[in-house]
Amino acid sequence: MAFVSRGFLGRSGTHRGTGELPPGQYDVGDGFPVLSAGPTPRTATEDWDFTIDGEVAERARWTWQEFRSLPREDVVVDIHCVTKWSKFRTAWSGVSLDTLLAAVDTSAEYAVAVSDGGYTTNLPLEDLVDGRAWIVDRYEGEPLAAEHGGPARLLCPHLYFWKSAKWVRGLRLSSTDEPGFWETLGYHDYGDPWREQRYAGD
Amino acid sequence: MTTESRRLDGNAAAGRLADVFVFDATVVRTRCGTCGTSAPLGHYHVYADGPGMVVRCPTCEKMIMRLAQTPGHTWLDMGGAATLDIGE
Ligand SMILES: [Zn+2]
Repeated sequence: MAFVSRGFLGRSGTHRGTGELPPGQYDVGDGFPVLSAGPTPRTATEDWDFTIDGEVAERARWTWQEFRSLPREDVVVDIHCVTKWSKFRTAWSGVSLDTLLAAVDTSAEYAVAVSDGGYTTNLPLEDLVDGRAWIVDRYEGEPLAAEHGGPARLLCPHLYFWKSAKWVRGLRLSSTDEPGFWETLGYHDYGDPWREQRYAGD
Repeated sequence: MTTESRRLDGNAAAGRLADVFVFDATVVRTRCGTCGTSAPLGHYHVYADGPGMVVRCPTCEKMIMRLAQTPGHTWLDMGGAATLDIGE
């Protein structure tokens, strides 16, 4: 993408590392805050798998080895946390959800990302396709640290960062929207930083 | 930095809980419904740097309570299976 206005970016959500600050956010600079709702899960890669299930004709599952052999993408994106920090030009590497979702046959419209440690977050399925979401296992050229969600996390940078579930182990697809961990506690169901959708009712 | 180093004790939840309860919640004997640990709520583990505040059992780390403040609202979820014994 060459250059598009912020208004267009806000609606389309295809913003990619152009260094603009959504309303109410500040630039955290070189820092990368760790926000925790519990102890850090530490799943060994030999015990890790990624599953897409729910309303699918047949569930799909990848072991770590299988996941690591899928076609990979490097992405540089800005990320925006609902606690108001933003971080520009973060560099990740992983597998596009277009690749993973191509393995299942579904008419579902919603997904719940399910993580080790019990965390969940809900997203419309259309926000996970067309090159807008990845399962990433590397950050800045290194294996993703457990504190930042390793072995692998969801990366869906056009929504507030709580949607980019750490320690992700799968997607559960459904025809109905099922609010996740923060979405059931007063946070916005969709969470578009460009429309400042922080809280329920925003 | 480890997340364990970010962990606080239950007294950190006192301010928020004071908005909700008329009693001092941190001294309330709280029994974890998962492992049976019984301790004052002030001894429970609190993770307070996320969007909201999560209170976990000091023994098994199961979540017993979640709190969030959004403009004009305090959200309290006590669905984490715990019993609070509130003395008079
Ligand atoms: Zn317990």
